[in-house]
Amino acid sequence: MTASAILIQFLNGLSGASSLFLVAAGLSIVFGVTRIVNFAHGSFFMLGLYVAYSLIDRFGHGAAGFWGGVALAAVAVALLGALVEVLLLRRIYAAPELLQLLATFALVLVIQDFTLWAWGPEDLLGPRAPGLSGAVNIAGHQFPQYDLFLIVLGPTVLLALNFLLKRTRWGTLVRAATEDREMAGALGVNQKWLFTTVFALGALLAGAGGAFQIPREPASLYLDLSVIADAFVVVVVGGLGSIPGAFLAALLIAEIKAFCIGIGDVTIADSVISLPKFTLVVEFVVMAVVLVLRPWGLLGRRLTPPRRVGAVERPLALPSRRAVYALAACGAALALLPTLATGYSLILLTDIFVFALFAVSLHFIMGPGGMPSFGHAAYFGLGAYGAGLLLHRGGLPMELALLLGPLVAGVGALAFGWFCVRLSGVYFAMLTLAFAQITWSIAFQWDSMTGGSNGVIGVWPAPWLASRTSYYFLALVTSAGGITLLWRMFYSPFGYALRAGRDSPLRADAIGIDVRRQQWAAFVIAGLFAGVAGALYVFSKGSISPDSLAVPRSIDGLVMVLLGGVQTLTGPVWGAALFTWLQDAAARNVEYWRAVIGLVIIALVLAFPQGLAGFLRDRFAGERHAP
Amino acid sequence: MNVPILKVAHLSKSYGGVRAVANVSFEVVSGERLAIIGPNGAGKTTCFNMLNGQLAPDQGKVEFEGRDIAGLKPRQVWRLGVGRTFQITETFGSMTVRENVQTALLSRHRRLRSLLTLAARAYANEADALLARVGVLDLAARACAVLAYGDLKRVELAIALANRPRLLLMDEPTAGMSPRERGELMRLTSELARRESIAVLFTEHDMDVVFNHAERILVLNQGELIADGRPTEVRVDPRVREVYLGNRFADA
Ligand SMILES: Nc1ncnc2c1ncn2[C@@H]1O[C@H](COP(=O)(O)OP(=O)(O)OP(=O)(O)O)[C@@H](O)[C@H]1O
Ligand SMILES: [Mg+2]
Repeated sequence: MTASAILIQFLNGLSGASSLFLVAAGLSIVFGVTRIVNFAHGSFFMLGLYVAYSLIDRFGHGAAGFWGGVALAAVAVALLGALVEVLLLRRIYAAPELLQLLATFALVLVIQDFTLWAWGPEDLLGPRAPGLSGAVNIAGHQFPQYDLFLIVLGPTVLLALNFLLKRTRWGTLVRAATEDREMAGALGVNQKWLFTTVFALGALLAGAGGAFQIPREPASLYLDLSVIADAFVVVVVGGLGSIPGAFLAALLIAEIKAFCIGIGDVTIADSVISLPKFTLVVEFVVMAVVLVLRPWGLLGRRLTPPRRVGAVERPLALPSRRAVYALAACGAALALLPTLATGYSLILLTDIFVFALFAVSLHFIMGPGGMPSFGHAAYFGLGAYGAGLLLHRGGLPMELALLLGPLVAGVGALAFGWFCVRLSGVYFAMLTLAFAQITWSIAFQWDSMTGGSNGVIGVWPAPWLASRTSYYFLALVTSAGGITLLWRMFYSPFGYALRAGRDSPLRADAIGIDVRRQQWAAFVIAGLFAGVAGALYVFSKGSISPDSLAVPRSIDGLVMVLLGGVQTLTGPVWGAALFTWLQDAAARNVEYWRAVIGLVIIALVLAFPQGLAGFLRDRFAGERHAP
Repeated sequence: MNVPILKVAHLSKSYGGVRAVANVSFEVVSGERLAIIGPNGAGKTTCFNMLNGQLAPDQGKVEFEGRDIAGLKPRQVWRLGVGRTFQITETFGSMTVRENVQTALLSRHRRLRSLLTLAARAYANEADALLARVGVLDLAARACAVLAYGDLKRVELAIALANRPRLLLMDEPTAGMSPRERGELMRLTSELARRESIAVLFTEHDMDVVFNHAERILVLNQGELIADGRPTEVRVDPRVREVYLGNRFADA
């Protein structure tokens, strides 16, 4: 690269950093004060872009129309943010934090379908910015004027936020609440008002981040999740709650990306490495490295641990004899079902078995382990790919591939888990997400091995398992067996040691428990069983694509566990059944099925903050305390 | 009888510029009840944390039964026979009282790796015996999360005893208890110390408890050991009087 090309890439990086920073700053402020990880933050960005598109369309493409449209779009999104806070989040601040996450994820679904309904599925490219539509000559290269504007915008917003936080009374309250919530409460801060305004500001920044992108990228429906993933990474790398940290991280990541694109393919020892492809994962690699070296992010500080909200978990009682009989009866009924039902219901039930096992494996680390993984799909996918590739490229018989595939997931969990268990809470969640994303991009880009975006196809079971009914039985037996084993582990000394480490790491260490090692072992076990689910899945579908280990699949798992109730034993199974069925039924019968699911989740969260099974348990005392 | 089981020499720890513990040396003999006292922030907890491995000392040696334990992890120190209770109780809130003790017993027998046996059936009688010893057997089936503070302190003691320690470190064992409960708990502890010759090293702010139950007293002030002797000696030590009386005047 020439010096001038380097300069241009550097400037590209700077302009990319600005929009990244805007979104991330909003997310960071909201998290700092409310301790809510807002999944819908990317949706606010997306809405900002769409709303700006429509407003500019209506106001005309002149300077007033353009800048007015951008500004109004940001304000509109801010209002929406305030509304969301008042109507939804305010009701669940006392709920377990993971449930709040679930609620914001439901919002993602609703906003996504709303956007589809309002603007349609096509990408929409907005106009150029009047007055800034040209390019300037920089060192012999044409550089867009608008990008220069963005380069200035980022630091300007940083300074403005700095002023707001350091020089105003409101900012002092925000900082106090970020440092120590109880303290702020004790100082007589009106928390309701503070939370609403903070949330509105966060939404404003996200909406503005989207609206300012108008001349640069088309409004499209996939933006919400891709933006939220980017924003998470920036916030975590910079340090939760640190605005300058977010700026630094945005800069770092945008620059690395710009140079990956600028440098293009490089040849090292005869093999061509395509750096532009690397942009898909580079931020996650950066995050993984930063989290391992500086667990609180570049400029972050250890936050005061969140106050334990909601009910403290109750002792995990052995299921009553009645409950065991009831479960056994359920199993027997399912075993007899193929004599009555055929066709589609068997396929749906097979899916439910697969996802029930997946959900229970996630529950194993989330519940007793207290480790909420945001990337559990990685192990599902590794099991699926493992089985598929062992069959196809390894030439193993199907039965053996099904058996060995999960070991691939186990090995993956062994490697990733070693890093992940060094962190806890949100940081743990983000690192698991990073590893899942890295796994995903390997599956996506290693064409020659994994078949790239098409995935592995033609992965069918052996002839004796090929019929719907026989595969149904295989899935039932495997899943029920796996779930039983995992449940048994909840009550085993191993499970107790795991819970001990979650409840009180100090006490656990003081009675001879190596907490990290325990968590690591649990992580591997969970990965292994998720891999079993994945291997079952691949043979039931006949193919596997990178989608099955992407972020939405990980979130599905979280939703299942949380819907059912993380504090109960059987909850995740009911959650998996309900969610899988709901997804299937809604997708087949309703056009806007995501919105339906989102609304159902919101309703459930508001009605049953302890999850479904938790509600039923409280109501009917089904899982009674062992004598 | 008078073999020291714990030898602490020149122990030091600083936080930034603050010398939390400065060059502290003392010994504890088997079965002895030794109190560490000192005003708030004197370095008592920091000292404990270095003894049980939670903190690595900047300098100094900690020898337990002839073995250098400075720098070992808490879980390793525990296995060697040092039990500990915390100033702010640390128990497993989602478990019952009995399960808390069972977990400690499982750990002692190195059975925590077992994946498919039932923990609830393991060492239940032994756990109950421990709970009976500290007087909370009637709470065995209650969740730790809902217990009163004084009861939690007893549960912690039962957990600490599960490994049959030869040295017990108790950080403010009676904080948050009523005067009657204090007396009971300390009598219990003294009895344990005597009967099973467990050495007990405890910190305490209540001077009645200290002078009634300690055979020897160490006084820390601003990280430094300013007195080490029998209660009658410490009571009349001019430096101790200065620290305490000085404080009292300052408080008034
Ligand atoms: N993690 C830490 N970081 C910085 N300073 C600390 C830390 N822990 C303790 N200190 C300081 O070290 C000194 C000794 O504290 P320590 O907790 O050991 O006192 P203590 O005698 O146990 O007090 P108390 O009677 O209040 O329990 C104090 O000045 C305290 O502020
Ligand atoms: Mg202390």
